[in-house]
Amino acid sequence: MIDFSILFDHMDMYLKGFWNTLQASLLALVGSFVLGTLFAIFRISPIRPLKWIATAYIEFVRNIPLILVVFLFFVGLPAIGIILEPFIAGTLGLTVYTAAFIAETIRAGIQAIPKGQTEAARSSGLTYGQTMRYIILPQAIKVVIPPMGNQFINLVKNSSVLGVIAGLDLMYYGDLISADTFVTFDVYIFVAVFYLILTLPLSAFVSYLERRLAGSR
Amino acid sequence: MDFTGAYAPSHLTFLLEGFLVTLQVAFLSIVFSFTIAIIVGVLRYAKIPGVSQVLGTIVELIRNLPLLLIIFFTYFALPEVGIKLDKFWAAVLALVIFEAAMLSEIVRSGLTSVEKGQIEAARSSGLNYVQTLWHVVLPQALRRMVPPIVSQFISLLKDTSLAVVIALPELMNHAQIINGRNVNYVIPTFLMVAVMYFVVNYALSVVSKRLENKHA
Repeated sequence: MIDFSILFDHMDMYLKGFWNTLQASLLALVGSFVLGTLFAIFRISPIRPLKWIATAYIEFVRNIPLILVVFLFFVGLPAIGIILEPFIAGTLGLTVYTAAFIAETIRAGIQAIPKGQTEAARSSGLTYGQTMRYIILPQAIKVVIPPMGNQFINLVKNSSVLGVIAGLDLMYYGDLISADTFVTFDVYIFVAVFYLILTLPLSAFVSYLERRLAGSR
Repeated sequence: MDFTGAYAPSHLTFLLEGFLVTLQVAFLSIVFSFTIAIIVGVLRYAKIPGVSQVLGTIVELIRNLPLLLIIFFTYFALPEVGIKLDKFWAAVLALVIFEAAMLSEIVRSGLTSVEKGQIEAARSSGLNYVQTLWHVVLPQALRRMVPPIVSQFISLLKDTSLAVVIALPELMNHAQIINGRNVNYVIPTFLMVAVMYFVVNYALSVVSKRLENKHA
């Protein structure tokens, strides 16, 4: 049977890890949303060099593993003299990686808005920037919310990679507890429960939004 | 700083050896997880009372867990209950558990996307439920599922790199070994590894896009 004393005796460690996982996820979410939006706009912009840079970034990052990106920040940067704390290196890696996926999500959302909207806005005298800001983005956001929710769920799960580089997250503390107690099975079951506390409500909310928004368009 | 040593022929072959293990793990995981996913997806679609709910709950739980946790679980926790697997099969099992859940969701929604009229027409021309599923619904659904399934395969290939945590001698593990020899090798080695993943995955995504346009 599952031994609950593992949970109660190490509650402070579980909670510390849970809190750091939440922090890393939120920081990476905000960062990758900003970066991702920027790349999405670059990718569909008429300015060629911006388009190329954004396309290269998105296609490259989407096709390489997350752990490689995190290692680049954690092991690669020190090789050229820049040393970051594991939590920061991990969160930065997570941000840079997720930004590529968010950029694609947002681009798909923007392209779902009929072209006539842009043409109408441009011919009523709005600049490209204004058209984006006042006409296209507000509509695109609605299309983009459910897939963005899925990206956030992935982000929470992906943050476990911080555990590999001693990033003080849930996965890391799980490893510490199992090294302390020589118990692995029960320790990981409780780690799983803590992840599910974050991801299950999110995923229920995303399917609710999907059903709601499916009817409204 | 001397970066050139990182690209010594011996290093390149060492990385390629690692990549071969990565591809083996990915291939086996794809075959097993796709088979399971079709069975689970069809069983959930068929709405068999009890079975659908139980499978749905299991799929939902697995989909919401980090793969890394599942890898730790199959390699470090399963021996505690008497199931001992070597690194290779622990990695495959973890990937199969995780990807089967992801893929079964794609299969289920692909099946659901086939129009009701098709099923009614098939049933009224005398096909039974299983025949309808096998000859009418599944072939159409599979065609629609191709793009999301290919993206899932790309994810899977990338995810095999997480097996570095159990020291499976795959691409990432071999990269880390080279990195350990000289700090100057770190960045060029990671770049080489990135290029290897990129080439295979980008080719897959191009094929997927072609197929998508053909069927659209």
